[in-house]
Amino acid sequence: MRIAYDSIAELARLAASETMTIGQLVLEEQAEQLGRTKEQLLAVLDEDLTVMEQAARRGGRKDVHSHSGLTGGDGWRMSQYAQAGQTLSGPLAASAMAIAISVAEYNAAMGRIVASPTAGSCGILPGAVLVMMEQRGTSRQQACEALAAAGGIGLVLAQQASIAGAEGGCQAECGSAAAMAAAALVELNGGTPEMAANAAAMAIKNQLGLVCDPVAGLVEVPCIKRNAGGVMCALCAADMALAGIRSVIPVDEVVGAMREVGESLPCSLRETAQGGLAATPTGQALARKIFGAD
Amino acid sequence: MNIFDIIGPVMIGPSSSHTAGAARIGYVARKILAQEPVEAEIGLAGSFAQTYKGHGTDRALIAGILGMRPDDERLPRSLELAKEQGLRFSFHTVQLPKCHPNTAVIKLTGKEGAVAQVEGASVGGGNILITRLNGMESAFTGQCDTLIIPHRDTPGVIATVTQALALYKVNIGNFKLTRPIKGDMAIMTIELDGQLDSGVVELLKKQPNVAGVVYLRAN
Repeated sequence: MRIAYDSIAELARLAASETMTIGQLVLEEQAEQLGRTKEQLLAVLDEDLTVMEQAARRGGRKDVHSHSGLTGGDGWRMSQYAQAGQTLSGPLAASAMAIAISVAEYNAAMGRIVASPTAGSCGILPGAVLVMMEQRGTSRQQACEALAAAGGIGLVLAQQASIAGAEGGCQAECGSAAAMAAAALVELNGGTPEMAANAAAMAIKNQLGLVCDPVAGLVEVPCIKRNAGGVMCALCAADMALAGIRSVIPVDEVVGAMREVGESLPCSLRETAQGGLAATPTGQALARKIFGAD
Repeated sequence: MNIFDIIGPVMIGPSSSHTAGAARIGYVARKILAQEPVEAEIGLAGSFAQTYKGHGTDRALIAGILGMRPDDERLPRSLELAKEQGLRFSFHTVQLPKCHPNTAVIKLTGKEGAVAQVEGASVGGGNILITRLNGMESAFTGQCDTLIIPHRDTPGVIATVTQALALYKVNIGNFKLTRPIKGDMAIMTIELDGQLDSGVVELLKKQPNVAGVVYLRAN
């Protein structure tokens, strides 16, 4: 079996025809390509899952902070709020946000994380998968298969669009992560491969055009909060897909649109810290404070 | 590309290009030096020069020079560890025309007096491209196992090396020879499919006109 990873629709079609999830299909195919067994791949993904769990736990401490001093402690705040039980978005969504923020803050604090697909967007997929383990009884095996599904979606995005903020803006990083997480969530909740593909499409559509404008060029502001936004976008897209809502624009055309939008973004909004939030008076004042007068 | 390029790498944050990639460049420099480093002079170009402190690029480069991989949890404390281990280091800005924006030039001096100079770029997602070795042009990524063999440019050296690899049934995926002056020192950079056992490396080291053998395992 050989998959080109140039079409999400094709990935879903193949999985359905083999009566597998996208995650199982990707595992089978990648095992063959990498000359390893499926169990060996699952073991690596299980280690990744452990790193994600550690990052969520360690990044969720009250005293976590980055070297610049710009960020830290918000994962703890969100987690406290989620546990108090008065959230607007419900316990699952609030906890998913708390995990996403914690992992992203741990990354900013030079903690150990899994780039998924990038370091800047590393909280979104753990937010989605770990919250399902925590609150919906997802097993480690299922979680690893969901990571494989996310990996398969990410491979298509990397080849047909981009997963680098410097190329495609934040939509390429947090948008891709949200699409990957949305597909993973659908599979964890028993949806079909086609639903997973639709969820990926809708997640991208809701992040389309998101610019990469990090204050002082650091992976902190607004990246960390965009991890919270990203996991919410994934939950929203997954729920819509599970409800039977379909993306009017076919998923691969949505991916094409993401590439085209990314290419047309001005340089100032592609990780150069020259536009958007980075260029605001406060953004510039913070940059001067961190890096000196220049 | 495979799924572990998407779900992974496991790394110390905050930035795959400014932190993980930087650690890998430092690690290659250490391997090229092939002895314990006592001094590191590091030139930073482009975006590395502008934002290295906020991204921990300095810590990542030093961590790599100390032999750490990008996921080593000691990475954030590398500057302190360097001082404890007697590694002096300094950072300065360099202007390199036409280079990739995330480029570092590392000059290492070893305990036994060896000197190595490595120029490398962090090209995204933690991937790197080594562009110069000891003043000579180079081009390898470290994604496959790589042999770096400085040698005297004489007839038969390449044949000897490739024959040894053939003997051990190791396939060559890519071969590059850099030779600034005919008959002087040159560097072979050989990217391999699969891994070498230490016997081959020792065998290669004994060949005439081979000045050294660095075996870089893929990460």
